[in-house]
Amino acid sequence: MSELRQPFQRLGRSVTERILRLGFAARFFAYMLVHSGTALRRFHLTIREIYFAGVLSLIIILVSGMFVGMVLALQGYETLQRYGSSEALGVLVALSLVRELGPVVAGLLFASRAGSAITAEIGLMKATEQIAAMEMMAVDPIARVVAPRFWAGVISMPLLAVLFSAMGIFGGYLVGVQLIGVDEGAFWSQMQASVDFRNDILNGVIKSVVFGIAVTWIAVFEGYDAQPTAEGVSSATTRTVVTSSLAILALDFVLTALMFTGGNAR
Amino acid sequence: MNRATIDIWVGAFVAAGFAGLLFLALKVGNMASFSLDRTYDVQAKFANIGGLKPRAAIKSAGVVVGRVSNIQFDNQSYEAMVTFTIDARYQFPKDTSAKILTSGLLGEQYVGLEAGGESEMLPAGGRVRLTQSAVVLENLISQFLFNKAAEEKEGKDKK
Repeated sequence: MSELRQPFQRLGRSVTERILRLGFAARFFAYMLVHSGTALRRFHLTIREIYFAGVLSLIIILVSGMFVGMVLALQGYETLQRYGSSEALGVLVALSLVRELGPVVAGLLFASRAGSAITAEIGLMKATEQIAAMEMMAVDPIARVVAPRFWAGVISMPLLAVLFSAMGIFGGYLVGVQLIGVDEGAFWSQMQASVDFRNDILNGVIKSVVFGIAVTWIAVFEGYDAQPTAEGVSSATTRTVVTSSLAILALDFVLTALMFTGGNAR
Repeated sequence: MNRATIDIWVGAFVAAGFAGLLFLALKVGNMASFSLDRTYDVQAKFANIGGLKPRAAIKSAGVVVGRVSNIQFDNQSYEAMVTFTIDARYQFPKDTSAKILTSGLLGEQYVGLEAGGESEMLPAGGRVRLTQSAVVLENLISQFLFNKAAEEKEGKDKK
């Protein structure tokens, strides 16, 4: 009998644990928002974290944005010239970057570059009992350590996504116009005619803000919730990257479905 | 690293981010190409607008002079009521005609304005009386098939 019961018990336990953790994460998020007054009043704490999360991610974001744009231009030209519409290359590169690839790829890179670092840092602080020491000194670790990192992530992410898109379009211009020889005027003017500031660019920025919130929330929560051992920190870091990548891709689908409803319902 | 250096880097990062957004807005998007600061609205009724969408271009002699700002269904005449927002620099005579055209075979639809000969100009909030509907491909094809069938029938009758 017990052999039959065991798998169900395990399934039930793991489901309950997941739900429990989700509830804790939500409570943690609310607590962090309520106590982010310190992070915003002593803004240099947040600026320091923007440096680590944003400025240090800049190189990888710019280089990958450039390459993504260049590949888009090459592949797009390959397909478009079959239909004799290679002038639409600018539209293809700009729209796919601004709407999708900019926020999503920048979000994935941000999750693996900055999110993992945030988790590892907070997890190690917990493992070396720095967080416990702060609590002993009546310093709220969530206000002092967690909230500045969260706000730094939320501020950095849209900036990084915008820079990724801009760099990608520049890369697409380099390959499309300079290397392949698409007409420069058509490249820019067709792009300007079909990229809308509110519907395309601002929606992309909104996406990246949502991804920034999701990624940094997951990162700080995993770090704060990590087992205070070397093994626990390493598995928390892995979980951060996996969960936030999945969250970005799932949220992207939901946001796209909400924002771009076939073009008729603008 | 001391605080001033970090501040400089973060400041440069934020500035670069906003410069990127500005680049997207001005060079990639259409913020600069058509300024909507001084415009006037004109309305026109079409029997069928086909695939015309809000924000479609309004061209006269191939030059973009405005955008379609609103499309509504008029429940009195059962026609489409299209509002054009035209740049105030361009004035058109009262008997101007509007057509819904397609750029290329499968391209976007836009409104073409053809100036008339009258000396009085269209006022703001005026109405373009002469309109021509969009060409609906399905109607064309069915017309063609219908004619073809009629011809065949005629041929048989002569025998």
